[in-house]
Amino acid sequence: MEKILVGLKRVVDYNVRVRVRSDGSGVETDGVKMSINPFDEIALEEALRIKERGEASEVIVVSIGPSEAQQQLRTGLAMGADRAILIESADPVDPLTAARVFLELVNREQPGMVLLGKQAIDNDNNQAGQMLAAIWGRPQATFASKVEIQGSTATVTREVDIGLETIEIDLPAVVTTDLRLNEPRYVKLPDIMKAKRKPLDITPLAELGVGTATAHAEVAFEPPEERQKGIMVQDVAGLVEALKDKGLV
Amino acid sequence: MSKVLIIAEHDGATLNESTAKCVACANDLPDTEIDLLVLAKDGSGVAEQAARLDSVAKVRLIENDANEHALAAVLAPQIVALAGGYSHLFGPSTTFGKDLMPRVAALLGVNQVSDIMSVQGSHTFKRPIYAGNVILTVEAPADLPVVATIRTASYKSVSATNNAPVESLTDHTELPQHTRFVGLSSGSSDRPDLQSASLVVSGGRALGSAENFALIYALADKMGAAVGASRAAVDAGYVPNELQVGQTGKIIAPDLYIAIGISGAIQHLTGIKDVGTIVAINKDEDAPIFEVADIGLVGDLFKIIPELKDAL
Ligand SMILES: Cc1cc2nc3c(=O)[nH]c(=O)nc-3n(C[C@H](O)[C@H](O)[C@H](O)COP(=O)(O)OP(=O)(O)OC[C@H]3O[C@@H](n4cnc5c(N)ncnc54)[C@H](O)[C@@H]3O)c2cc1C
Ligand SMILES: Nc1ncnc2c1ncn2[C@@H]1O[C@H](COP(=O)(O)O)[C@@H](O)[C@H]1O
Repeated sequence: MEKILVGLKRVVDYNVRVRVRSDGSGVETDGVKMSINPFDEIALEEALRIKERGEASEVIVVSIGPSEAQQQLRTGLAMGADRAILIESADPVDPLTAARVFLELVNREQPGMVLLGKQAIDNDNNQAGQMLAAIWGRPQATFASKVEIQGSTATVTREVDIGLETIEIDLPAVVTTDLRLNEPRYVKLPDIMKAKRKPLDITPLAELGVGTATAHAEVAFEPPEERQKGIMVQDVAGLVEALKDKGLV
Repeated sequence: MSKVLIIAEHDGATLNESTAKCVACANDLPDTEIDLLVLAKDGSGVAEQAARLDSVAKVRLIENDANEHALAAVLAPQIVALAGGYSHLFGPSTTFGKDLMPRVAALLGVNQVSDIMSVQGSHTFKRPIYAGNVILTVEAPADLPVVATIRTASYKSVSATNNAPVESLTDHTELPQHTRFVGLSSGSSDRPDLQSASLVVSGGRALGSAENFALIYALADKMGAAVGASRAAVDAGYVPNELQVGQTGKIIAPDLYIAIGISGAIQHLTGIKDVGTIVAINKDEDAPIFEVADIGLVGDLFKIIPELKDAL
């Protein structure tokens, strides 16, 4: 195939313990470390490996987000992507709008595969890939842990609740990544320098000409109910006694 | 009035427990009428089980060879063809529902409400975001169908004392051929199912190898418990992926969860928020898992597990 499109969403780093703003109006993101969504890093790694095997010729990374998402796209270019597209939007976009943006880019670029994460770890939505496949009228292989390409088809192993499912899909198609697909490479300093010269195209969302979907109104943010710290027991006998007290054994 | 269509999850023979939990969630909507949809190759057995679930008005059954395996691209257009007249379309937050429902939502032109944990009103729901660090209340547009997945750990299954009518339908939508099932490999065992078990014994990176993980299996077998694991244990290949508990694995709510050699990363804890009693066994007294454990024991698992097994 010629091209692979990869989604790179800018999200709060997974090591940050996010908190609700004291006035409940949202999540505290000021001064918080931002990164590429971990599942998207896996998607990019997979796209690069497909290209390195000679099964694709160009890897294009796409982010829909604020101007600062250029940082994540530059990291993607340093990892090895050929070029980057930022669809700039100061406000976060909902998954259906994201899917419509990807569909517009699909129409322009005609990729053989779109590789997205299975979920963005900020909203934990797990929707955009399936939605893109739906409105594109193409196959979806979600939660992938193995992707093999045979010309115009791909065989994908998927992590499902009861084990591993394998499906065959015609290309072009959407594949979303699970954790076990690969381990993303580290970027090296010279690659960061090289990445500065790679093309990064910026288009405001409003100029793309896609109809935005109705996002859900975010009515309230609150911290979860905290579990209380319980008792410590000294030994196995103490543990068994505590379990018996609760009627659990 | 809320008219709800719930997409039944099954393996061709048995209705998955997750469906009865979706019914429980739908029951929390104001003034509901609930239909179940069974898409199957030969679905009469599953439809019969579905018809027994309390609060179900009727079961709608579409039998088609193409429905033998739950391929989202094949099922979604059949659901969309039936969607007219329903205010809500629900599926479970299992890999089945997560794969399928967003495809349905997009075809209907709406965003999905993912992982409903509580119903606040006909269009208002609570759901966890940021690995459960934040609970968000969302309101879906009142004039559009609500497509949602239900966080099964938040609900208790409805009982099965009903005898709802089953209506067989023929579907005339053109189904895609571009997605084909090849195979399923499942580490299926005689042990209780992780998602519905009332007792779970779970092991982490500390087990060190697949061989050592046998200690966890032995303890679980003695207790009649299901086995779970942290991502680190799955990544290291000690156990298969379907045992992963957490943000990106299974969200479970057993009465008892024994976490052994698991540090308690936020991504893991989000999978066990609704557990009745959490027991933590860890050699590091400062491990974060102790902050949420109801009963904690500091010590070496290689010494503790055999002792515990003998004491039970
Ligand atoms: C996007 C993303 C998604 C993720 N999703 C999940 C998920 O769904 N589920 C999940 O679990 N993780 C998930 N993780 C990973 C998570 O962040 C942690 O890395 C993981 O949970 C750690 O697993 P662990 O507790 O087994 O290992 P560790 O953190 O290494 O903990 C091992 C523990 O064992 C203890 N120990 C060591 N030796 C012994 C002994 N002999 N006896 C007793 N105790 C001992 C140690 O003190 C330590 O506390 C995710 C991460 C990311 C980035
Ligand atoms: N704003 C965005 N920019 C780039 N990719 C995105 C964006 N939103 C969603 N995606 C892609 O879609 C996947 C699933 O997102 P979600 O449905 O929001 O959980 C992510 O892992 C990304 O690959």
